[in-house]
Amino acid sequence: MTYNELRHFADSWGLLCMALLFLGLVAWPFRRGARDRNREAATMIFKDDEHG
Amino acid sequence: MDSLVSKAGGWMALALLALVMAAAAADAPFAVHMGIVAAACLIALWATVSRADFDAIARGILKMPGDEGVYDDDPIRWGAIATLFWGTAGMAAGLYIALQLAFPALNLNLEYTTFGRLRPLHTSAVIFAFGGNALIATSFYVVQRTCRARLAFPALARFVFWGYQLFIVLAATGYLMGVTEAREYAEPEWYVDLWLTIVWVAYLAVFVGTIVKRREPHIYVANWFYLSFIITIAMLHIVNNLSMPASLFGSKSYAAFAGVQDALTQWWYGHNAVGFFLTAGFLAMMYYFVPKQAERPVYSYRLSIIHFWSLIFLYIWAGPHHLHYTALPDWAQTLGMVFSVMLWMPSWGGMINGLMTLNGAWDKIRTDPIIRMMVMALAFYGMSTFEGPMMSIKWVNSMSHYTDWTIGHVHSGALGWNGMITFASLYYLVPRLWGRPRLYSLRMVNWHFWLATVGIVFYAASMWVAGIMQGLMWREYGADGYLVYSFAESVAAMHPMYLIRAAGGALYLAGFVIMLVNVWATLAGKVRAEKPMTETPYNAAADRPLAPVPAE
Repeated sequence: MTYNELRHFADSWGLLCMALLFLGLVAWPFRRGARDRNREAATMIFKDDEHG
Repeated sequence: MDSLVSKAGGWMALALLALVMAAAAADAPFAVHMGIVAAACLIALWATVSRADFDAIARGILKMPGDEGVYDDDPIRWGAIATLFWGTAGMAAGLYIALQLAFPALNLNLEYTTFGRLRPLHTSAVIFAFGGNALIATSFYVVQRTCRARLAFPALARFVFWGYQLFIVLAATGYLMGVTEAREYAEPEWYVDLWLTIVWVAYLAVFVGTIVKRREPHIYVANWFYLSFIITIAMLHIVNNLSMPASLFGSKSYAAFAGVQDALTQWWYGHNAVGFFLTAGFLAMMYYFVPKQAERPVYSYRLSIIHFWSLIFLYIWAGPHHLHYTALPDWAQTLGMVFSVMLWMPSWGGMINGLMTLNGAWDKIRTDPIIRMMVMALAFYGMSTFEGPMMSIKWVNSMSHYTDWTIGHVHSGALGWNGMITFASLYYLVPRLWGRPRLYSLRMVNWHFWLATVGIVFYAASMWVAGIMQGLMWREYGADGYLVYSFAESVAAMHPMYLIRAAGGALYLAGFVIMLVNVWATLAGKVRAEKPMTETPYNAAADRPLAPVPAE
């Protein structure tokens, strides 16, 4: 693979895949039913709050 | 007994190997380093053979409670002490070189104490020794609590701690002897790099091992940040340090890259060391310790996930902004600038997430000096993540680059964000790790807060003025097209700013000394009799119903 091929891949399919992956990961916490999971995850650090 | 003999034999063999390497060394610093390695092996040998319970002895000296058996906290306690120790060394070195810039005679006319050798000592001591120990210690604390699992591979965790200290000693002594790869924030030579790689892989194994054996279905977001920090630093460290040693017995190597490729590799590393060591790692502290200290869940868990992925996807492209107007292709410079400007958004999302965690409990800023430190840390995170994108814009950078504005920017991030969040996390951890009812003194935390804050203000403000003045003096052309100022004139003009900067650094260090006293007294089990930070005013005379007043 030459530099030019790599470069063309990077600014076409590679860029598209990275952008879609990013959008998917960012959309993930907005999916249906995520609200309760998020609340649970956020308060998890206070559950049986014993030290040691 | 057999395992004891083989263990002792192994340490003995390693010590002998190091001594042979020292004897065959091609240069003196390499011999000194192998001597240090041999000494470390002999100490490990002695610790193995004497078969004393060193954990118990350390517990006695450091007044640590016996292990309760729930979580493995000993390496965290050592890490807290190491953070304070290296912090003292690194900040004192920083103050000393700041004074050297104002008074050059302070280099003592010795090669070992010149600015060029002490400066990497300062940066590595505060970033990797102070910050690194804080990150390792807090990550071991947080991953155990949020996974509700004891640390995986306890022996490996201890190796990580001691191996990391050996790395710090080798790096620091190397700088003083002039051993350097001259790569920013990656100065140690090839054999020290190899050693750090081994230690870091062990660190990854301990961290991932603990996550794997968790008893909590969800992996809390702080662990995402810690894990991205560990993995990315491993990748950056290995690629940036690809090099060929000139001799297997010498401290000199040549980088695998050359020219502008080398420059870009260095700043791909350098900027992501900022992004993943000084940002992602410390954000992990923020996402655990701020909610815990505020006793409220993080403002938006959803926002924390967006914050995480945006940082991961954007940060890695920002490095080229360190190479504006160089031989780097113009498109790469523009790419670096655009991604740096985009980074502003997730950074401020994270800051807002941290600050809004206090929503409904803002009074804690008045009553709890640890919360106050966390809020100031987040404020400086926000400030320096605004300043950074602004400075990465080519038009601004053409003036700010190579000036002390950059130094001021780095220190508002390092002193304000990294320093303050580390202090706050340590103040949270120390009484809990040592089983004390509270810190020795909360009022001393308050003193630390104000000394540090005023110190940063002096530092950042003087460096803004200095940097803009330098930038404008360097580019000032006269009517006939000649430069108006010589370089030496701009240096002379900096003198008052350097004095103010050193004063700011001295205040910051003074605050840190107060922290040392406070932590020391807490470890000793003392509690200072002091006026509480908040009172509950009560006026019995006013606390009664209004007397009925007859209508007139």
